[in-house]
Amino acid sequence: MNIHTIANYLNELADNSHTGFSFDCLPIAGEVDVLQVTIVNREELPIFVSVTEDQILCIAYLWGEEEVNQQTRSEMLEAMVEMNIPMPLSSFSKIDNKYVIFGALSVNSTLSDVEHELAVLSDNSLEVIDEMAAYLI
Amino acid sequence: MSIFRKIISALRGGASEVGEAIVDSNSTRIFAQEIRDAENHLTKAKRDLTDIMAKQMQAEREVSRVKRSVSEHEGYATQALSQGNESLALEVAEKIATLEVELNDQLQANQSYSASAERLKHLVKTTERQLADYQRQLSMVKTTESVQKATAAITTNFSSSNSKLLSAKESLERIKAKQQNFDDKMQAAEALEAEGSDKSLRDKLAQAGIGEQQTSANSVLERLKAKQG
Repeated sequence: MNIHTIANYLNELADNSHTGFSFDCLPIAGEVDVLQVTIVNREELPIFVSVTEDQILCIAYLWGEEEVNQQTRSEMLEAMVEMNIPMPLSSFSKIDNKYVIFGALSVNSTLSDVEHELAVLSDNSLEVIDEMAAYLI
Repeated sequence: MSIFRKIISALRGGASEVGEAIVDSNSTRIFAQEIRDAENHLTKAKRDLTDIMAKQMQAEREVSRVKRSVSEHEGYATQALSQGNESLALEVAEKIATLEVELNDQLQANQSYSASAERLKHLVKTTERQLADYQRQLSMVKTTESVQKATAAITTNFSSSNSKLLSAKESLERIKAKQQNFDDKMQAAEALEAEGSDKSLRDKLAQAGIGEQQTSANSVLERLKAKQG
């Protein structure tokens, strides 16, 4: 499993997707290969996929620290921690000064598992922003 | 310091600058070495365990062989005694004594092999657990590094393509608007289709002279004639 097998699978899905979404994939070159996956009509919230020795990581950037209303920051953090378990498949994290939502899969997952993960992650990220909008500027 | 704490303090300490290693490559090398050592220990312990267990099985076979031999000779001695052959009985008794010494030796060997096997089994388990722990920790280091490198690649890509990052709220609004637009289009298409099918049915009914009829000049004339009459 590498980002190219994932890209080929998603690109060839077209109308046969199990999730009802159309995906666009763009490999990003770097020290670690990253695949930028966008879902048609949700281009503003891309998902970044990288494959390491034992896991596939799918990350979506939610908002930056500068977008957080500092007065209610701790309430927001608490709400996020509380939401972590009920939210299917995805979890929150922070990379540098950006809040992210991510899902990790075993490298032995099937491609249809990866597709499902991406769809759920995208749905979750939209829902989270909607729910947390009150804490954002 | 646990690797978990190391990663946290490195991230907090601002070591998350692009290109800076989260855990120095030396730690990673030491980890890799520790894993290799643990793997070697495990292989050796497993090989030793096989040897010891084989020896233990041999000792057990030997014990039962000597036991059989002792009871066999006890039978001979009893037979010699019942025949009144005291000297033959004594000779057999001496043989039994030697066999009993041998039996004792074998029992002791067997016991010590069992103890060694237990120790080795415990060692194998401990080493396996330790190995799994090292591998988990190494995976944490590697994942952290990989995420950093991936983030660096993503950030470079964003700044090089000049695409402005929208705020979360703006992104959501845009996506919602697109979704609304899509939904509206679907609704419009449905409405249009419904209208189309409705119209064609009305046409068919009109052709068959059923339903609301269009007012024609003839029908107006008919009506006026009827009034006059």
